[in-house]
Amino acid sequence: MPPSEPDDDARQVMSADKAAVSRALNLVEDRRAESHARVADLLAVLKDSPKAAGGHRVGLTGPPGVGKSTLTSALARSLRQRGRTVGVVAVDPSSIRSGGSLLGDRARMSFDPTDKGLFVRSLATAGEVGGLAYAANSSVRVLAAAYDTVVVETTGVGQSEIDIVHVADTVVLVIQPGSGDVLQFLKAGIMEIPDILVVNKADHDELARRAVADLRGALRTAHAAGADRDRDSDWETPIVATSATKGTGIDELIDALDAHRGHLETTLQTRRRQGEVQWTLDLFSRKHGEHGVSTLGGLATLKARTEQELDGGETPLSLCERLSREYVAALGQTT
Amino acid sequence: MAQDGKRERDRPWIMRTYSGHSTAAASNELYRTNLAKGQTGLSVAFDLPTQTGYDADDPLARGEVGKVGVPISHLGDMRDLFDGIPLDQMNTSMTINATAVWLLSLYIAAAEDQGVDPHVLRGTTQNDIIKEYLSRGTHIFPPAASMRLTTDLITYTVDEVPKWNPINICSYHLQEAGATPTQELAYALVTAIGVLDAVKATGRIPESEFGKVVGRISFFVNAGIRFVEELCKMRAFVELWDRVTQERYGVTDPKQRRFRYGVQVNSLGLTEQQPENNVIRIVLEMLAVTLSKDARARAIQLPAWNEALGLPRPWDQQWSLRAQQILAYESDLLEYADLFKGSEVVEARTQELVDSAWEEVQEVLKRGGAVEAVESGYIKQKLVESNATRLRSIESGEQTVVGVNKYVEGAPSPLIENLDEAILTVDPEVDANKRAELARWKMERDNGAVEEALAELRRVAESDGNMMPASIAAAHAGVTTGEWANLLRQVWGEYRAPTGVAGATVKSSPTGAAAQTVERLRNRLHDLEARMGRRPKLLVGKPGLDGHSNGAEQIAIKARDVGFDVVYEGIRVSPEQIVASALEEGVHLIGLSILSGSHLALVPEVVERLADAGLGDVPVVAGGIIPEADAERLRAEGIAAVYTPKDFELDHIMSDLIDLVDRENAAE
Ligand code: B12
Ligand SMILES: Nc1nc2c(ncn2[C@@H]2O[C@H](COP(=O)(O)OP(=O)(O)OP(=O)(O)O)[C@@H](O)[C@H]2O)c(=O)[nH]1
Ligand SMILES: [Mg+2]
Repeated sequence: MPPSEPDDDARQVMSADKAAVSRALNLVEDRRAESHARVADLLAVLKDSPKAAGGHRVGLTGPPGVGKSTLTSALARSLRQRGRTVGVVAVDPSSIRSGGSLLGDRARMSFDPTDKGLFVRSLATAGEVGGLAYAANSSVRVLAAAYDTVVVETTGVGQSEIDIVHVADTVVLVIQPGSGDVLQFLKAGIMEIPDILVVNKADHDELARRAVADLRGALRTAHAAGADRDRDSDWETPIVATSATKGTGIDELIDALDAHRGHLETTLQTRRRQGEVQWTLDLFSRKHGEHGVSTLGGLATLKARTEQELDGGETPLSLCERLSREYVAALGQTT
Repeated sequence: MAQDGKRERDRPWIMRTYSGHSTAAASNELYRTNLAKGQTGLSVAFDLPTQTGYDADDPLARGEVGKVGVPISHLGDMRDLFDGIPLDQMNTSMTINATAVWLLSLYIAAAEDQGVDPHVLRGTTQNDIIKEYLSRGTHIFPPAASMRLTTDLITYTVDEVPKWNPINICSYHLQEAGATPTQELAYALVTAIGVLDAVKATGRIPESEFGKVVGRISFFVNAGIRFVEELCKMRAFVELWDRVTQERYGVTDPKQRRFRYGVQVNSLGLTEQQPENNVIRIVLEMLAVTLSKDARARAIQLPAWNEALGLPRPWDQQWSLRAQQILAYESDLLEYADLFKGSEVVEARTQELVDSAWEEVQEVLKRGGAVEAVESGYIKQKLVESNATRLRSIESGEQTVVGVNKYVEGAPSPLIENLDEAILTVDPEVDANKRAELARWKMERDNGAVEEALAELRRVAESDGNMMPASIAAAHAGVTTGEWANLLRQVWGEYRAPTGVAGATVKSSPTGAAAQTVERLRNRLHDLEARMGRRPKLLVGKPGLDGHSNGAEQIAIKARDVGFDVVYEGIRVSPEQIVASALEEGVHLIGLSILSGSHLALVPEVVERLADAGLGDVPVVAGGIIPEADAERLRAEGIAAVYTPKDFELDHIMSDLIDLVDRENAAE
């Protein structure tokens, strides 16, 4: 697949034209088979945009109600003050019964409607289980072509927030004072150590200080237990106390984000590529299980092939589709 | 025993009508005629800009000036409002909350100008911010700052305006947002506890004086159509308040523990269909708060028969006032002692309510109290859920509403032969006139004194002093409502309360035919999704200062439950924000909900801005209190459909919305 010339649509996305960004996001959400080629084309073009290469993709995860949306809002405001543009993807769960959703994160974000440098899109999980939506990955890529920083807010379902590590350059885990569960998960190694830890709702100094101290302890235990993200062991996870409602600690958070982004400079491309590979494999194996993986030659083969295809310009989504078709065809032959 | 017809009568309750509109001068005239009709107190309705701290010249005030109440921007307005009404003899109730400190300051300043000593002033500031976040929606600042204003007002009046009721804890608005009797009791009590705890925490009231503060707390309660249960609820309030004041605050004087309350009867249940029936509902509801002598309301105001149509005219309010007068002066009610003492039935139901409410009080306290339960969205979600259950049972016919889901056939009502004249309309010139007047005021006052007063206000706001004295000084200096509030917005920031919808689930699933309808709607959306590639996405928007959230919330929940992806950002969103959200979210359909009467200004503005943003082809529907003549105009301007309270069948609305998306998709 030759990297196509940016057409008008893509060019408009890259110039952060809101209507174009919105159309592009609508397109990547489109699940109809006939749209897949257009999605793949668009993403292939956007991948090479100047913003995408230089930008920063930040994932915010953490238990429901810790203040992820409020924090995203505060973060976006400060980033805008520093002259950086911001795209936000906010993910909320869909109702299992109806398939519908109430996308409530946006209600917590206050923004200037005339600001061309801030864009917020809500997405529903629509049956996905990893705390993200079907189109979250692609949406991040669209926004990354248009804005300096992209923030992804997950649904906040706790332990199963796994997919975010494949999407974000920097994973921020948000907790609040007194959230014992998270500490336990960290200590027990159930939860991978995030790149940055935020203790939000630190309005009450004393409680927040205690929470930060508790976290330090938990992190030490977790390090000892080897729960670091495997791709990154020389990064020391900073702990930042914030009050999203009062706006305190936000500058420190931005400093920590910048430091992590700086730290990634040499490894960023590998990290993103790893994320894409993992995303593809997860998509496939979630759909077809171990049998699917072994039918297509086992994990190592499949991984190598995925790496190769993605290098060739394929996108995770369409590759997964193709692999699915292969698997189904193979099934047909054996039974 | 007295002879027939010669019994001693109790003094009747205070009779009020909630009113105010257009201008201070026009409202003054209204008050004077109301007093002449035998009304015994005043109840001031302020317009939404005044309630939310904006002057008429603020863009956010567009379409709202003088609409649902009187605009009071400065001392001159307050003087005009009470011109010729001696404030030392008046009992004035002001429905004011976020800006209560400011409006009371203006009132005190106006009294001082009349030569009246504030110590003799009588009346009430509503001043209950908790229920604003939960239901009424005129809050401005975050909870902590708001609670500080609340306690400033209370602690100031204890000595300086000792006959004033500094706060009216409101359960009225909770029932209007769907609360069950248990919830109404429990959330009003936790609010009172939250306020009293906060007053205590200021350290300004000596322990020995605390009973005095407790004794000044009054309540503003609702009474719905299940009037026997409501009667028991009032008795439960009396018992529970006695318990709280004694056990939690150690108040020994029984007088200070008395549950003092005023009432506005239920308006949520008043219908657009066969509106004359509302008079009967109103009278029955009034019985709940008057029959028990031991739990009788101190003040009553009644809605009018045309509640669901629009604002009441003086005659409509007079009809309701007459209902009170007939009960108090014609009937023999006030000649008897408590009618229900010893009634096993009443006592048993009362006890049930006491117990269930107490349990919920403990639950909220366990969650950190009223403020916490507001911030976490816990209470709001409960209310939204109760309201959804209520609506569902009306839609299914499980709960009978005469003229709505039963006995709908009838002779046409002569009262609404000319529908457009059956309500009060406000002259659209009011807005522009007020802006011109405001400009004059600002030019004629001593702006140096204004600057100084504002600087002092800021200094106090940033310290922990009491905001009242600086506000009274600012009132005298000619500061405006918008200036006062904007300054404090700068210092404390603004707050958007949780909407309660995201987590809200409707407990009882539909059964039978209703379940089949929902299933059909879900399948249709599923099909549409397959054809369109994306799940249909609906933006529910509430433009302007309107705080009526029930309709928008219930539409949002229902839409989710039939399978829409729904974006709902809560109340008080500007048309600009709504369009920005529509654009960024890539929605297929926009629904606007407006009940404050500003639809003719706001709906076209949204539509215009949508066209400018290239979203001219996204269908827009509107709902709320929209008179038919206005609905016609809106449809002529491209609004796809207009819904009003009579459209109680949410399934029908959903079916229409799906049709709209389907049609638009087919047209593409
Ligand atoms: C409940 C109520 C309140 C509650 C609101 C609680 C809440 N959180 O919503 C409380 C007590 C807080 C309240 C306060 C006030 N209220 Co009020 N209130 C009502 C009342 C009684 C019922 C409204 C309601 O909730 N109905 C139930 C819901 C489900 O129905 P609905 O909103 O009409 O929605 C239905 C349709 O209209 C339609 N729909 C509505 N929106 C949408 C959106 C979409 C997308 C779609 C498809 C459909 C749709 O579908 C819904 C389903 O049937 C009405 C009178 C009445 N009976 O209608 C007055 C009324 C709306 N209030 C009124 C006023 C004046 C006020 C105040 C401004 C008074 C004051 N001066 O302070 C205050 C302040 C409120 C504020 N901040 O704006 C006036 C408005 C006058 C006007 N338009 O000219 C009314 C008409 C009463 C009157 N006759 O004076 N109020
Ligand atoms: N006191 C305090 N409250 C906060 C802070 N940040 C958020 N909140 C409040 O916490 C509640 C939840 O905030 P959200 O931003 O919606 O939290 P969230 O993590 O995005 O929630 P979900 O998306 O539902 O998982 C809101 O009532 C916020 O006002 C903070 O720093 N201090
Ligand atoms: Mg959120």
